[in-house]
Amino acid sequence: MLWHVDISLAEGRAESEQRRLIAEAEELGLHGPWRITAGRGFLLEGPLDERDVARAADAVLVDRVVESRVITRCGVDARLSDADCAHTAVVHVTRKPGVTDPEAHSAATLLRDLGFAVENARCVRTYRIDGPRNAIARLVAKVLANDAVEHATTGAITIDRLGEGSKYRFERVVAKIRGLDDDALVNVSRAGGLALSLEEMRAIQAHFDALGRDPTDCELETLAQTWSEHCSHKTLRGKVEIDGRVVDNVLKSTIFEATRALNLDWLVSVFSDNAGVVRFDDEFDVCFKVETHNHPSAIDPYGGANTGIGGVIRDPLGTGLGAKPICNTDVFCVAPTDWPPDGLPEGVLHPRRILKGVVAGVRDYGNRMGIATVNGAVAVDAGYLANPLVFCGTVGVLPRGMSEKHVESGDRIVAIGGRTGRDGIHGATFSSLELSGESDSLSGGAVQIGDALVQKTVLDVVLRARDRRLFRAITDCGAGGFSSAVGEMAAESGAEVDLDRAPLKYEGLSYTEIWISEAQERMVLAAPPERLDELLALCRDEGVEAHDLGRFTDTGRLVLKYEGNVVADLAMSFLHDGRPAVVRRAAYRPAPFVPIRVDTTRDWSRDLLRLLGHWDVCSKEWIVRQYDHEVQARTVVKPLVGVRDEGPGDASVVLPAPGSFRGLAVACGLNPRFGKLDAYAMARLVIDEAARNVVAVGADPSRIALLDNFCWGNPERPETLGSLVRAAEGCRDLAIEYGMPFISGKDSLYNEYRHEGTSHAIPPTLLISALGQVPDVRRCVTMDLKARGNLLYVIGTTRDEFGGSLWAEIAGNSGCGRVPRVDAAVSRSTLHAMHAAIVRGLVRSCHDLSEGGLAVALAEMAIAGDVGAEVSLAHAPFEEVEPREPGTAASNDRALLFSESPSRFVVEVEPGLAAAFEGVFRDLPCARLGMVGAETDGVPRLLIRNARGETLVDLPVDTLRAAWKSTLDW
Amino acid sequence: MRMNRPRVLIVRAPGTNCDEEAARAWGLAGAYPETRHVNELLARPDALDEFDAFTLPGGFSHGDDLGAGRILATRLATVLGDSLRRLVERGGLVLGICNGFQVLVKAGLLPGGTTKTDVSLAGFAPIEATLTHNDAGRFESRWTRLAATPGHCPFLRGLETLELPVAHGEGKFVARPAGALAALESRGQVVLRYIDHAGRPTEVYPDNPNGSAGGVAGVCDSTGRIFGLMPHPERFVNVIQHPRWTRRDRPLDEPGDGFRIFQNAVEALV
Repeated sequence: MLWHVDISLAEGRAESEQRRLIAEAEELGLHGPWRITAGRGFLLEGPLDERDVARAADAVLVDRVVESRVITRCGVDARLSDADCAHTAVVHVTRKPGVTDPEAHSAATLLRDLGFAVENARCVRTYRIDGPRNAIARLVAKVLANDAVEHATTGAITIDRLGEGSKYRFERVVAKIRGLDDDALVNVSRAGGLALSLEEMRAIQAHFDALGRDPTDCELETLAQTWSEHCSHKTLRGKVEIDGRVVDNVLKSTIFEATRALNLDWLVSVFSDNAGVVRFDDEFDVCFKVETHNHPSAIDPYGGANTGIGGVIRDPLGTGLGAKPICNTDVFCVAPTDWPPDGLPEGVLHPRRILKGVVAGVRDYGNRMGIATVNGAVAVDAGYLANPLVFCGTVGVLPRGMSEKHVESGDRIVAIGGRTGRDGIHGATFSSLELSGESDSLSGGAVQIGDALVQKTVLDVVLRARDRRLFRAITDCGAGGFSSAVGEMAAESGAEVDLDRAPLKYEGLSYTEIWISEAQERMVLAAPPERLDELLALCRDEGVEAHDLGRFTDTGRLVLKYEGNVVADLAMSFLHDGRPAVVRRAAYRPAPFVPIRVDTTRDWSRDLLRLLGHWDVCSKEWIVRQYDHEVQARTVVKPLVGVRDEGPGDASVVLPAPGSFRGLAVACGLNPRFGKLDAYAMARLVIDEAARNVVAVGADPSRIALLDNFCWGNPERPETLGSLVRAAEGCRDLAIEYGMPFISGKDSLYNEYRHEGTSHAIPPTLLISALGQVPDVRRCVTMDLKARGNLLYVIGTTRDEFGGSLWAEIAGNSGCGRVPRVDAAVSRSTLHAMHAAIVRGLVRSCHDLSEGGLAVALAEMAIAGDVGAEVSLAHAPFEEVEPREPGTAASNDRALLFSESPSRFVVEVEPGLAAAFEGVFRDLPCARLGMVGAETDGVPRLLIRNARGETLVDLPVDTLRAAWKSTLDW
Repeated sequence: MRMNRPRVLIVRAPGTNCDEEAARAWGLAGAYPETRHVNELLARPDALDEFDAFTLPGGFSHGDDLGAGRILATRLATVLGDSLRRLVERGGLVLGICNGFQVLVKAGLLPGGTTKTDVSLAGFAPIEATLTHNDAGRFESRWTRLAATPGHCPFLRGLETLELPVAHGEGKFVARPAGALAALESRGQVVLRYIDHAGRPTEVYPDNPNGSAGGVAGVCDSTGRIFGLMPHPERFVNVIQHPRWTRRDRPLDEPGDGFRIFQNAVEALV
């Protein structure tokens, strides 16, 4: 019997939900008038009568203080009540069968424990809608439900059971590939969604020819997962011919090379584990990993970002013998949120919906994990319309001496955490393909929704098991599921796995599905046999599922069995080294130089307000506040700073080891506008920005570790690969010049969308994340102006380099101007001098200059300090680099206000410390700008004058704040 | 040394995530905190008899499924009632922070207390309370200003105004029937309120982050010994945890406002 407990929302919540839904409908061009009453509820299945259901509902499902409920029986003869018939439509939304529904699972478990005969449960959202009938279908599809993971029913609920899965009957499946010609081989790969190239299929065919048999489906899938771009990064580890020279293994000769050349003694484990590990102090190491989850987020923003953050949290947890995650980061790249709703290609979600979805996805997972989300960014560009980017990062801390792991023959293979379902099958191969209009229907299985509660319990148990030394090695199940996790752990040894021992969410999975499922929240441990019982008991005590799936061997073979039948028997050597090297061609040409069309009569105040309201600059408070950025009580410099807790801090600072004042500063740099013009320059610029961000709050520039995340288009196109190689070379060069090693990274390629025969790629996008160490957090500095009468300085030289600048974009000069250059020697000295000044306590506030240049930085500092400032640009170090067009007036004004030259800071200094501060910077470009504290009639203002004393900007701080806050005021 | 330190039991359930900082705060204040898994306590509820105080820390127990705190409250209420009554009767203290407050309310321990005899409005239906979704409809983290009216609640003794962070999606305190809140106020059970810049209790967002009537941020039972609050005192034990400490508004060697709540509790117990 199937019952529906239909629950009205509490008063305030119902109203805010209605407001939100109507606003979203209107934004998408679905004009009302609408009335939408949202409700929540549950479907309960089992031998229950109405009284049982009512008791169950009142006991645990309904909050009777603020909610009311109606119980109806579902089935073919179910009818809507008269009241419901009066609405234009009543729509129920549930998750599709097989999609994770944690709350329903909790409800069923608790009700069973309380003695109710509940067999199965599912959550329902019910919408009672009054509005234009012809827009209902689109309202449901665009606002109320996501077809990739949810099912919408209009009218009464007429199903009478929640069927999930049916019995699986074992049958060993062989993929006949011997004797196939090239076309047929390609077809096998395509039909199976394997993303294997012809060369790879041929290699597999040859291998099995030699063995005198065909592979099983499971063997073929295992090879596809392991050899996927996602898992093996075959492009960047392959050979690339670029403009006449050959680069063998791009990663090794660029990113890894920088780290190798620097040879620093504080690196513990880099590019070898799930996260890069560096030494923190005598007791602890820290590690950091940043991942992308782009393709899933394009189809289901909530689930994609949810499992994105969930996945990256498992990286530190699976690093060494398990690091405790202490903070998260998130960066989103989306298309302009005012995109015309009717201008979307087929299958593409509206950018606003994407941004809201990914924020909610990170929020719900990160907060539930009890990990503070402390740093992030949003970048907006039309190129992200069909391929939004979602970067999630996690920093972990682990006791020293726990960064190494190994497996021994005979160790048990123990899977802990979530059960295995069909979730995310083919995620790894899916993310190695381009998206298309059909992606959402084709790839629904590749989309997953996380269950943070399961992962939190896994986290708790892993750290306890680690401290009791109950396992020798650990890794997470990410892309490729068990196939990748076990395949990697056993790469040097061998493994034997009984797939039928893996616990399933529902019946019906084949052995291959079990092996490659990307169900979330699973970790694999190598437990010494004598510690197995203790490990399983610990898991039982903490309510975490743990299962012994088999053992590690020393045979060099991967043997998989199902009910005793061998379904795969692969040589580890072929699995890991059998893939033919990828050879790709690349070509690189930076965009041609186009001069800025000079406009001397612009209203600079107006430009400043537009820049402050630009997506890349505007206040992100709406996002930041939805994340718990203080849980674990480690956050000593918050993401929002200043008088009203709203200023955009350059970096957050956390304490890895409470009790000690040594801290970690976390920040990032990203700028696709530079990437479109010059990928090499972009790499250097975003490294410089990330480094300055952490130094600005107090990090020691000689203890900064970097992470790279390359998101590019299809590398099979030579120009795309060319810019990727150049960006990697930019990373190598500046990392060496700055003395900042890369410790981890990840690339996500094929970020393209095929529409009407043409392929649209994202702009070349490089995220650099910086992890800086702060010797004593009590010396930390924030960017909010502190006190009237203090002096303001600019550090660094401004050049009239507007290529890729935000000002060029708002002034209709996109693509014009020279891309800024990083002068590594001066920059490096500047970073060290700034750190010396901060350590000596000479700095009251400090802010890096980035998008929008000096004017935006000053405005942000004034907003955060809620105080005015009076500034003259007369002495600001300036260098002209762009040839002036004949007949144009000489003017540095525009450049000094808005140029995005790197390596610059604005600093606030108390008058009594001015001499000491100037002393620190005496050999570097540094000039006094003015003073904190301008006001007219008691209204704080930002006043900027040029060398001739002319007023360039004169605006009340409240006006600046309003412009800065209005963009993202959802 | 340990003899004089009150023993505090901190219970962690699946999804609890503020247990470590809660233990640190109790420890700094001079208590001897021990953290145990809820399954251990449910198996042996009289273990509580060895402790002087009981703390339900923040987090998302059971993922906030079925409403924040609901599942843990249901599990605890059926087993732990007697032990908690004994604890309070012998002068022990109960502290619920954020999700812990939600658990105490949903288990009926707040505002009703362990005896539940004093919860009804004279001659009327019993007072029922809940913590429900913020009016803004979403989870939010922010710092709040609070006014304490300690009455006989030992946790807040001597405190007037304080600043603490909140981080929750379901923090709106609602009591019924009509008049219930006024009754709680007149009995001195509403001991912590969100205030505006002028220091007045407020219902206006964002000074009041969730829309609680009367600005209710924390309540106690009639004995004052069971205390729950949405803000996080354990996140503000050291001044560098304050969002504006770099402005030097507070001396660097001053403890955080939240620390004083733990210190008060330890003093009340020794």
